[in-house]
Amino acid sequence: MISQFFVLSQRGDNIVFRDYRGEVQKGSPETFFRKVKFWKEDADGDAPPVFNVDGVNYFHVKVAGLLFVATTRINVSPSLVLELLQRTARVIKDYLGVLNEDSFRKNFVLVYELLDEVIDFGYAQTTSTEVLKSYVFNEPIVIESALPLGPASIFMQGTKRMPGTAITKSVVANEPGGRKREEIFVDVIEKISVTFNSSGFILTSEIDGTIQMKSYLTGNPEIRLALNEDLSIGTSDYRGSGAVILDDCNFHESVHLDSFDIDRTLSLVPPDGEFPVMNYRITQAFKPPFRINALIEETGPLKAEVTIKVRAEFNSSINANTVLVQMPLPTFTARVNFELEPGAVGHTTDFKEANKRLEWGLKKVVGGSEHTLRAKLTFSQELHGNIMKEAGPLSMTFTIPMYNSSRLQVKYLQIAKKSKAHNPYRWVRYVTQANSYVARL
Amino acid sequence: MAPPPPQSNRSPSPSQPSGKSEVSDLKLQLRQLAGSRAPGTDDSKRDLFKKVISNMTIGIDVSSLFGEMVMCSATSDIVLKKMCYLYVGNYAKVNPDLALLTINFLQRDCKDQDPMIRGLALRSLCSLRVANLVEYLVGPLGSGLKDNNSYVRTVAVIGVLKLYHISATTCIDADFPETLKHLMLNDQDTQVVANCLSALQEIWTLESTTSEEAARERENLHSKPYVYYFLNRIKEFSEWAQCLVMELVAKYIPSDNSEIFDIMNLLEDRLQHANGAVVLATTKVFLHLTLSMADVHQQVYERIKAPLLTQVSSGSPEQSYAILSHLHLLVMRAPYIFSSDYKHFYCQYNEPSYVKKLKLEMLTAVANESNTYEIVTELCEYAANVDIPIARESIRAVGKIALQQYDVNAIVDRLLQFLEMEKDYVTSEALVLVKDLLRKYPQWSQDCIAVVGNISSNNVQEPKAKAALIWMLGEYSQDMHDAPYVLESLVENWDEEHSAEVRLHLLTAVMKCFFKRPPETQKALGAALAAGLADFHQDVHDRALFYYRLLQYNVSVAESVVNPPKQAVSVFADTQSSEVKDRIFDEFNSLSVVYQKPSYMFTDKEHRGTLEFSDELGNLSINAETGDSVVPAQRVEENDKDLLLSTTEKDDVRDPGSNGSAYNAPSYNGSVPSATSQPLADLAFSSTGATGQAPAPGLAIDDLLGLDFSVGTATTPSPPPLTLNPKAVLDPGTFQQKWRQLPISLSEEYSLSPLGIASLVTPNALLRHMQSHSIQCIASGGQSPNFKFFFFAQKAEEASIYLVECIINTSSAKSQIKIKADDQSSSQAFSTLFQSALSKFGLP
Repeated sequence: MISQFFVLSQRGDNIVFRDYRGEVQKGSPETFFRKVKFWKEDADGDAPPVFNVDGVNYFHVKVAGLLFVATTRINVSPSLVLELLQRTARVIKDYLGVLNEDSFRKNFVLVYELLDEVIDFGYAQTTSTEVLKSYVFNEPIVIESALPLGPASIFMQGTKRMPGTAITKSVVANEPGGRKREEIFVDVIEKISVTFNSSGFILTSEIDGTIQMKSYLTGNPEIRLALNEDLSIGTSDYRGSGAVILDDCNFHESVHLDSFDIDRTLSLVPPDGEFPVMNYRITQAFKPPFRINALIEETGPLKAEVTIKVRAEFNSSINANTVLVQMPLPTFTARVNFELEPGAVGHTTDFKEANKRLEWGLKKVVGGSEHTLRAKLTFSQELHGNIMKEAGPLSMTFTIPMYNSSRLQVKYLQIAKKSKAHNPYRWVRYVTQANSYVARL
Repeated sequence: MAPPPPQSNRSPSPSQPSGKSEVSDLKLQLRQLAGSRAPGTDDSKRDLFKKVISNMTIGIDVSSLFGEMVMCSATSDIVLKKMCYLYVGNYAKVNPDLALLTINFLQRDCKDQDPMIRGLALRSLCSLRVANLVEYLVGPLGSGLKDNNSYVRTVAVIGVLKLYHISATTCIDADFPETLKHLMLNDQDTQVVANCLSALQEIWTLESTTSEEAARERENLHSKPYVYYFLNRIKEFSEWAQCLVMELVAKYIPSDNSEIFDIMNLLEDRLQHANGAVVLATTKVFLHLTLSMADVHQQVYERIKAPLLTQVSSGSPEQSYAILSHLHLLVMRAPYIFSSDYKHFYCQYNEPSYVKKLKLEMLTAVANESNTYEIVTELCEYAANVDIPIARESIRAVGKIALQQYDVNAIVDRLLQFLEMEKDYVTSEALVLVKDLLRKYPQWSQDCIAVVGNISSNNVQEPKAKAALIWMLGEYSQDMHDAPYVLESLVENWDEEHSAEVRLHLLTAVMKCFFKRPPETQKALGAALAAGLADFHQDVHDRALFYYRLLQYNVSVAESVVNPPKQAVSVFADTQSSEVKDRIFDEFNSLSVVYQKPSYMFTDKEHRGTLEFSDELGNLSINAETGDSVVPAQRVEENDKDLLLSTTEKDDVRDPGSNGSAYNAPSYNGSVPSATSQPLADLAFSSTGATGQAPAPGLAIDDLLGLDFSVGTATTPSPPPLTLNPKAVLDPGTFQQKWRQLPISLSEEYSLSPLGIASLVTPNALLRHMQSHSIQCIASGGQSPNFKFFFFAQKAEEASIYLVECIINTSSAKSQIKIKADDQSSSQAFSTLFQSALSKFGLP
């Protein structure tokens, strides 16, 4: 059980503070924030999500730039508390539509109301947005957000037919005009990790996928979600060559798997709010969306040249967004001169002096295209060792909407309620993001 | 009314109002609204209440508004009511007199028609935390527990717990625990049931210190009827309550194996839950239920691997860390099960360093013959990492792998490449590692010394690295041409050396060098002793004085003290005792795993929670530290050591080689059959020509180096005069207890003969064979190629017992042995006996 719950802004201000058991001193937010802030200076790296100061255990998760914190003196399950914090954040987001400091401050009474029902005397009661609806009376003050945070934001670019605010509306607030729009979102989000060795071979690759659902349907109809029939789980469950093989997966508790083994269909009555229907993990080889080539050569006593080539290996109808290539350069790098290919549009280059890092941003990369960057480095001191050991590895981040690496698909999305004339909007969207996309020199 | 006390925790943000003037302003406005019945009053009240609560949140004391807030609370607006309840709950404790004012309207609301209002009022009533108001709680709580609405009942159950914390006697006198117990077993609503369980666990745990009945009730919760009752309803519970139930089940002791399988079958689908907390709780049940069944236990590891890995990669980074910490614990306990999953433990460049550290340790643990090359290659990539602490850890990891492997060829090359990378921190870490490596594998000295000799001591600044370099200069001074001169120049700069550790090493190294190359070192020795005697650091001074007097007394004695025949270190002392590790395992799915410490090291006794384990060992150590509520970590560790000493019967005779310090005490100790009687110096010389020259057999180290010379049945040593009781008996309970208590005294790897492997179709074949050698099996299991056995044996004429964990991999024809013994001094002899018996397996 937990003793206190609080939310801090990035600057360390208390936005909400709920003391459930009175076992931990009131000044805990200050203690906590000081510790987190100085962790980098005292030790190294970020503060771990769980730590102990003077017998008090502090748990925290970062959501949308805010720190959700719980304290306790008891030796509890860290996994339970961290999950509870994460879920509390999600419930609050379901109600507020947008989760940020501003929406929190405007709605803190509603947040207190939620916190009272989610946790009582430190024990989790319910984190179901649905159940909470009957206990919560404050109306959310909806914040108009230009840039929604969280997984929703990745769909904002590229998909023009999507109403921009759809996924950021509150589950309880009504649309302007008083009518609720019947719609359901199913998002297949895949985060990919690939490591290439110096000769371009793939050393490791993994896909971490989630099928995320957010339902705004009234009357809680049952939904059937059909996936590829050739989907295999584990190597023992082989369904022919070319099949999508999941190493493992797990499901939301509302999911019924009665016919999953037969036809790969999930049936569920989606609860209100956002939740993951299924998480899965794939280590089966897949075609990486980008090929990267990087070269660093000494060209003189105090000079070297870096050449980076990026090739988009996906269909030309698809674009990758917000591509960023980064590479640590040798410590003694003093100056960098960049040379972009002629006619490059939307490219940015930068040399981050402080951490000696090269950054190359590409706003949009069309499938099938190739881009090259040359950078001439000047050193302030002569290098001793092997220059290859002084630079790299190169890493890349990107988002590719309407593309998924695993070929896992939602074949159809069926809503049981058919009697009414109107047909709810159904959105099935795919997106691939880089988690750790690294090329070694 | 008293003025508000000065605020210590004022808002850190400068944009917030100073408070005082605004509070009095709010007070005025609240007063105006209190009696008003004009339309729109509620809306104005809402705005005002929000301001009050906003101030409360940022730490401004608004308790002086208590009276006004209560006056304004007469309303039917539920949003207003909730805000008022929140305020009252926060300040009632500091304003007990005024809190009395609220009792009236709260009690009235407890009888409201709307169950929402009843529940809310009851929750607020119980949250006042004012001792002299408890009499007003009993009535509403009693009817709340009988309410026909489940929401009110869930609130009432937690209310009972709140009452208990305000006034335990009132709660007990009202017989509430008994009511809760009834509700727990009969209520239709699972959240009511779950809350009853939480409340009763807390109440009975606290009561059990004074009441035997409460202690009995608490124990009863782990009994079959209760556990089955909860298990049968498990899927009705919320995911949080499922965690609660599974924590209870993990402590249940089933009567037979079929019961264990029934429970595991029932809970298996919980491993596919998206909530990591549920998955971990299930994992704990599986692990704890199967502790006594070695083979099933191993299968459990295999079963939980995939779900845990999925949890690590699917959740938020924080949640992923919590799961990874548990996976780390499992990997450390059974690395061989995870050896093919090593790629999952590769670090990603964007991971926080606390995650990387865990992964590096896991990579180190799972390294074995088949994956070492790839793991070490990966680790070498991290050594050039921009994140210097991680780069250091990676180099250390390479070194650790080198120390635990027998095929160190490739690794030594990599380490030496580190030395040539010319990065300060890389050189430093690599030097320390090369030193450790040489202590274990002296035969590598030629290769290492050639590279180390090229490193200028001026380029090494870190004390640890410098000390390592100096140690090598002293130890191998006959092989390093300029050793005396390097040492001499170091002695000349004595005053500039700030680290006492380095100066201590320097003294010893000069002494060692002196006995090997007297004419060249004499001058340096004189200077070093003089500087040492004048040193302000006590230890340095003492050591210099000691050496001086030793030399004065007898030079040849001095030589045998400083340059004794050395035995290679077989196993470096583990940082954590196996007893501590087992205790952490007992506390699976708790903070102990994340902190890598048992709970008594970081919690006060009263906060140890329901996870407190009840076996004798635990109580023993917990009792040892009662008296102080906050025990400094240092003292607790000492207690822990005492405990260890008391549980091992003869601990004084230890393998001198396993001494962790860089300076080994001279090993005159006759109790160890020291076959390497030739001085290390000779060994190093003689190995110049033939590295393959084997030291005399009979020592553990030979087996570790087994790959260098012919292996298999040919090297079977003749059994020493240790005889075993052919009819030894030990019950499984005692075995488990002993296994937990005793430290590992030997950990080795043998090769098996091809004939033996061929005969090992079923575990039983080996059991019968070992039995014929007076070694009994207590548990066995596994499937080809991995088998696991637990053996025990007893000395023929004493009660002294040996315990063995033996893991055999038939594909690699290797067996890993861990020996624990009552009498540690004879464990070496026993190991030889065991190996001899094992090597005869399969022979006609």
